[in-house]
Amino acid sequence: MASKKIHAIYTDDDLLMQAVKQTRAANYHISEVFTPFPVHGLDHAVGLAPTRLAITSFLYGLTGLTVAVLMMNYIMIEDWPQNIGGKPSFTFYQNMPAFIPIMFELTVFFAAHLMVITFYMRSKLWPFKKAENPDLRTTDDHFLMEIDAENHDVEKLTKFLYDTGASEISLIENEQDH
Amino acid sequence: MSSHYEAPIREPLVLGEKSYHDISVDVGAPVLGKANKSWWIVFTIALIAFLWGLGCIIYTVATGIGVWGLNKTIGWAWDITNFVWWVGIGHAGTLISAVLLLFRQKWRMAVNRSAEAMTIFAVVQAGLFPIIHMGRPWLAYWVLPIPNQFGSLWVNFNSPLLWDVFAISTYLSVSLVFWWTGLLPDFAMIRDRTTSPFQKKIYGILSFGWSGRVKDWQRFEEVSLVLAGLATPLVLSVHTIVSFDFATSVVPGWHSTIYPPYFVAGAIFSGFAMVQTLLIIMRKVSNLEAYITILHIEYMNKVILLTGGIVTTAYIIEYFIAWYSGVPYENYAYLSFGAATGPYWWAFWALITCNLIVPLTLWVKKLRRNIVWTFIVALIINIGMWFERFDIIVIDLSKDRLTSTWAMFQPTFVDIGTFIGTIGFFFVLFLLYARTFPVIAQAEVKTILKSSGESFKRLRAVHGDDHSHVQTVESYPADAGPSANVEDKNFDSAFNELDEDSENNEVDYEANKGKIDQLLNGVGTFDPSIQTQDDLKKINGVGPVMEQKLHQIGIFTFEQVSRMTDREYDLLDEIISEFPGRAKRDDWAGQALILKNKN
Repeated sequence: MASKKIHAIYTDDDLLMQAVKQTRAANYHISEVFTPFPVHGLDHAVGLAPTRLAITSFLYGLTGLTVAVLMMNYIMIEDWPQNIGGKPSFTFYQNMPAFIPIMFELTVFFAAHLMVITFYMRSKLWPFKKAENPDLRTTDDHFLMEIDAENHDVEKLTKFLYDTGASEISLIENEQDH
Repeated sequence: MSSHYEAPIREPLVLGEKSYHDISVDVGAPVLGKANKSWWIVFTIALIAFLWGLGCIIYTVATGIGVWGLNKTIGWAWDITNFVWWVGIGHAGTLISAVLLLFRQKWRMAVNRSAEAMTIFAVVQAGLFPIIHMGRPWLAYWVLPIPNQFGSLWVNFNSPLLWDVFAISTYLSVSLVFWWTGLLPDFAMIRDRTTSPFQKKIYGILSFGWSGRVKDWQRFEEVSLVLAGLATPLVLSVHTIVSFDFATSVVPGWHSTIYPPYFVAGAIFSGFAMVQTLLIIMRKVSNLEAYITILHIEYMNKVILLTGGIVTTAYIIEYFIAWYSGVPYENYAYLSFGAATGPYWWAFWALITCNLIVPLTLWVKKLRRNIVWTFIVALIINIGMWFERFDIIVIDLSKDRLTSTWAMFQPTFVDIGTFIGTIGFFFVLFLLYARTFPVIAQAEVKTILKSSGESFKRLRAVHGDDHSHVQTVESYPADAGPSANVEDKNFDSAFNELDEDSENNEVDYEANKGKIDQLLNGVGTFDPSIQTQDDLKKINGVGPVMEQKLHQIGIFTFEQVSRMTDREYDLLDEIISEFPGRAKRDDWAGQALILKNKN
């Protein structure tokens, strides 16, 4: 099945914001927007759900804390409860002040790294991944809005986009395998 | 748009008439161009210092720690001094990128990338010392709690030296991913701008296929914010843990509860001094004066002033408590003939002069905004903070509780060589970074351009805060359809003013044929099949009309213009008689040379 998309290129972020709002109001479906830098409020204007990465980070931090506590409790209290410089090794809680630095570091370590890995996986970013921005200028100073044109009158949609101030409009037809 | 409102009292952070594209060009220029001679000279010096240091390290490891100047009393001296010094330097990077992000300081954007690079490279240097100062560094892996064949013999989690292992490795790795994630959009910009297939491949890999989707940006910003929130306590904790190496000991002068915050303040103090040292040079060498402005330098000087003040307060408190404690050893280490009047008086007074007195000059606004003076003060602080660590470590060790163990420390050439080697290694890494990485976070700078850019601030001053920066399309060419609306062709952008008359613009080719040939002999001819033409309008003094005329003569590239000498200028004046002497006055050749190297 062939999918029809329209790529509208804007040269200004404010113009893009305005166009996104108008396009949404006109009930066209924006399938993607490519921008060279984060345009504040654009995710909201496009209607994206907020990201949950911060929540995952919190959970990863808890994991790190647990790992630190279990590790040090096992090694210092259970496995070899030695007397090292008179430090009380009878219970975890008695020697806990000395464990705090590592508990803290491991919490941060897990929270930071696992969240970043989650981000890379969710956004599909990895070293040999091919870039998917349709126009090279979208990493420089152009803003590209991609609209589904499947069930719309292309002429009318083009005219509409053209009134939103797009500087270039092109129709993309993709043959899809599946 | 009113969303770009910024109080008019704020000075602009991006100077000049910059557009988004100009930012890409300026940031990409050092990466896409070639290194100049001075880069190679400095790189060679740094490389030699690095190799010398490497020799010293190999000599130490192969022969034994005895080649250093340590003795039985003073078991830590230059090694740990340098370690703490480098870790301290590394702290400003995270402070700039994380703490200033939490405080939403826009000025961080032009400096954060380089400050983070400095962090990474400084922590790499710091990380060398814990390994090489070991007597048996090949057993260094025993510090890790790995299950093993010795009945699973573990490590002891009570030691601050083990906390150091966790702190430094967490710090380095988190800083690295923070830095790299921020680099993705900038690598993508280079990837999409370069014409070399090799660079395209490399930056394609480095940029992880970043495409700049709106969802990616949403996550990117969240990740940056959370990482900043994690990195801020991390910075504080890492240097705190480093300070525990001393503070948890029983050595008079070391055992002190003020160390954690005081070390952290000192780290930020020395780190910012190093950022100043590096950025003042880099803005000049990489032509980034429009982004790293005098205002950035002043802001950083203010942070130096603040943290310097905290450090000063800490010194005074140390002295007060030493006296107030009534402990004779404490009192002795600091007062009687301890630090200030003992055999290391020179190191002590070097510290007081460099860290307490010289930075006070930054209270004067004129000096704070003086680049040369800032550079000098920054260097002095770097030296002073080295002495601070040296004083803490060596003076306090040299005269401890038993008079029979009193000793002095004398460094050997291996101590010194290793330190010089790490400085060399640091600069090798930093110089390579400055040539291959986008040194300014261009994606971030673009977000503040409309609020803090000089030209936009001027527009708002003239037209009011609600002035729209949208570049409107003036007329659509009805026949060609909407896609014919290409910028510059059918409508103007805000940065392109065609005020010259583009008609009536012909060079009389026949009459000047001889002179044109002579001129082209001097500057070389343009071969469209192998060369691409440059935008000569970028040369100050060349407008669209002049460019057209140069094209008619046969000059299309910066390279050709850069070869012009007085003889060519005169010929040009004879051929194009309207602006005699203009090319020479504006130094077209010099400008073209810079532009050529930028491309």
